[in-house]
Amino acid sequence: MNLDGALQTFFAEAEELLNSMEAALLRLDEGDKDMETINEIFRAAHTIKGSAGLFGLDDIVSFTHIVENVLDRARDGKIVITSDLLSIFLPCRDHIATLVENAMHNRANDAQCLAHGKALLDSLQPWLETKAKTEAARVPDISAAPRQAGGADTDHEAWHISVRLGPDLLRNGMDPLSILRFLRTLGDITHIATITEHLPAFNDYDPERLYLGFEITLVSNASQQQIEDAFMFVRDDSDIKLIPPRSNIEAYVNLIKSLPENSQRLGEILVKSHAISFQELDAALATQKHQAKSSGAVGMLGDILIEEQAIPPEIVNAALDKQKKISEKKSSGENRFIRVDAERLDILINLIGELVINRQRVDLLSSKMGNPTLIEAVTSMGNFTEAIRDAALTLRMVPIGDTFQKFKRVVRDTAKSIGKEIELEIEGAETELDRSMVEKLNDPLMHIVRNAMDHGIESIAVRQARDKPDAGTIKLTARHDAGNIVIGIHDDGGGLDVEKIRKKAIANGILEEGLHLSRQELFQLIFHPGLSTAEQVTNLSGRGVGMDVVKRNIEELQGGIEIESEIGVGTSFSIRLPLTLAIIDGFHVTAGHIDFIVPQNTILECVDLNSLSHVQGQNCVNLRGEQVPYIRLREIFSLQSKDHSREKIVVVQFGEKRAGIVVDDLHGEIQTVVKPMGPIFQALKGIGGSSLLGTGAVALILDIQQLISFAISREHLRNNTFLVSAQEQQE
Amino acid sequence: MNQSSKQKKSQAIEVIKQYLTFRIGHENYGLELSQTREIIEYSGITEVPLMPNFLRGVINLRGEVVPVIDLAVRLGRKSIEVQKRTCIIVVELQNNEQNHVLGLLADAVSEVIEMNDENIEDAPSFGANIRADFIQGIAKRDDEFVVLLDANNALSIRELAHLVEAQLQ
Repeated sequence: MNLDGALQTFFAEAEELLNSMEAALLRLDEGDKDMETINEIFRAAHTIKGSAGLFGLDDIVSFTHIVENVLDRARDGKIVITSDLLSIFLPCRDHIATLVENAMHNRANDAQCLAHGKALLDSLQPWLETKAKTEAARVPDISAAPRQAGGADTDHEAWHISVRLGPDLLRNGMDPLSILRFLRTLGDITHIATITEHLPAFNDYDPERLYLGFEITLVSNASQQQIEDAFMFVRDDSDIKLIPPRSNIEAYVNLIKSLPENSQRLGEILVKSHAISFQELDAALATQKHQAKSSGAVGMLGDILIEEQAIPPEIVNAALDKQKKISEKKSSGENRFIRVDAERLDILINLIGELVINRQRVDLLSSKMGNPTLIEAVTSMGNFTEAIRDAALTLRMVPIGDTFQKFKRVVRDTAKSIGKEIELEIEGAETELDRSMVEKLNDPLMHIVRNAMDHGIESIAVRQARDKPDAGTIKLTARHDAGNIVIGIHDDGGGLDVEKIRKKAIANGILEEGLHLSRQELFQLIFHPGLSTAEQVTNLSGRGVGMDVVKRNIEELQGGIEIESEIGVGTSFSIRLPLTLAIIDGFHVTAGHIDFIVPQNTILECVDLNSLSHVQGQNCVNLRGEQVPYIRLREIFSLQSKDHSREKIVVVQFGEKRAGIVVDDLHGEIQTVVKPMGPIFQALKGIGGSSLLGTGAVALILDIQQLISFAISREHLRNNTFLVSAQEQQE
Repeated sequence: MNQSSKQKKSQAIEVIKQYLTFRIGHENYGLELSQTREIIEYSGITEVPLMPNFLRGVINLRGEVVPVIDLAVRLGRKSIEVQKRTCIIVVELQNNEQNHVLGLLADAVSEVIEMNDENIEDAPSFGANIRADFIQGIAKRDDEFVVLLDANNALSIRELAHLVEAQLQ
């Protein structure tokens, strides 16, 4: 086996586990009391420890081991995870991450690093040391219960209750918790295991359906009737079995047999609840196997049960069916994911890009040759190419949730350090976008979120004065919108003061006095290098660097950013990005001698320009009663053209804007591979990239939003109301 | 600058480098062969709108979109007119640890010459009519001078991008 490869897998897995561990810790911090969350953290630590041991990464093993011990105790309910403990767990997680990273880069863990680990472990000590004490405290509890129950020795005095709740319980307005609460009034629940095996895959999950069952050990001196009464209201739809205290082992074995769940697991639960011992379990299961063998069929088990009158045949059949379904589901659920090197994926996408270009060429040739059979074959090949392209692109799509998730930690830590209370809400985490974009989106998002925390959300005192809740909220949202993905960052903080921005811009010489800018244009000034509206420079932000980088990064991704803000209410940033950077559907047009591609997802319709009536004296047409301003590509790009008597108008929509692009000729739909134009053309607005046509010629891909704002700024320039160019200011 | 290059020369005497020479107008120029990738015929250039004169457009180089620079304009000469022998020299430059591929328009490619460092003169401080930092040195060959270009300066991506930006302002 190639150990190196396995090691890489370990690193990748460890990173994922650490991420999910962090997410789970933060959930606990938010007040999540779910046992499963603690389990998740424990499992993550446990898996990392185990795999690290496999590779001989002893530092990771020894550190994680202690952390795992504490987690294990939390899992058993011996300690409660308090915010104090969480404040240690989070750095512990970070330390494990450091150790893993060091191992990944083959770096030795230096003394400082090890000392840090030691300090963390020391601070965990209190939670380890109480072990003896708590256990000592628990022992009398347990022994007290049976005494109460009748003075006999152990849990065997206890009732065992096996409950499979009816699926419609919730719909009927019953709450299983209240039953459990009632049971507690009868005695002591010393052990309870929740049977979750019937939980379906997430997609099949019906929130109104109850899938749970319980195995309960109840130490009580109540009568069977009293205990049964606890289930009075649910007895009809549920499957409830009571095993009285001091029953012989057979009763338990019968119980295991009678239940539809995996016998092994049920057995384990019973062993844990001290109802039966390991030996007894083994013996019981052996018997069952033996019986199964001798009869040669699983159905036999059901027969026995029916014979014994344990349960009516319908239930047995249902249970057996269920069992079958469960095992089917399990096997289909396994191996649903394969880990693939991202680079291999990129190679595949690039190859498919080439395929798409070549398909274009074949298309062109076949239509030139005019052979109908050939054209037909090429067309069907084209359809497959398209399908392959779409399928391949989805391979690179990842949900944005992971990126959002990282901000939970950032917000938590930062809010603490600046003495504010801030909650992070996430919406649309399942929205997918291209992996390569997710990476480039991290920094801009970080800047905006930090700004929102630092400058947006007010201090608690100010918030109270403004009648807002103490805790500020930052909301990260993502959604798809007409071939784009829109990412929002909203805060309910102080909002942007347009006047303050204007004054500052004038003071810094970015803006000339007396200029009239729209609200959006004024907001956009915060992206200008050297303009920061915060009066106080803090560690986090406020140095006036960052926001310009944010805008540049987003423009590099062919995206745009808009701001909406109201003083005292909050600020929203919306980042609009194309879904993928690699391959797009476009519409091929020409203006002058140049081939242009208009991204298909922006196009509403194409119309003959001459067929429309013009608004007098303006670059505006009347489209079914609506005024649509247009840009003539030939004019805006200063192109020469011989024949432009039959101009066409391509009506596009971008965000809220609607505009026409006037071109010389239309050539039809085309699938294109986006090729970057390179750094030289960075300053060129309105062209987002280039692409190759079937003929081998290069076509320029229009960036509609940039083109429109470029046209607007040109018009401003013409009307002499334009802000002093950024370039001059910098120099 | 002159001094440092002289020092370099005295330290390493027997350094022979290969240069690709080409003609622009009546002048001979050379580029270090290691910086050139290939020479292709002039055909099918796509104009990019609003670009300064030195940027002739982009070409499709086996699937890669490559900008084409009119070196004559860059060197302060009259823009190259496309003729039969006009060709594009594809160069690959290192900049900020990134490889940049550019096409250079030339009237004609001549040959590959081998030059000993000793036979290369420093650029004259004036009189060449070309920005001094564009010139790596002047080589003499068959009674003709060959201006060896410093591609990293003459084709600095940053400077080209700035010029484009200035043009668009």
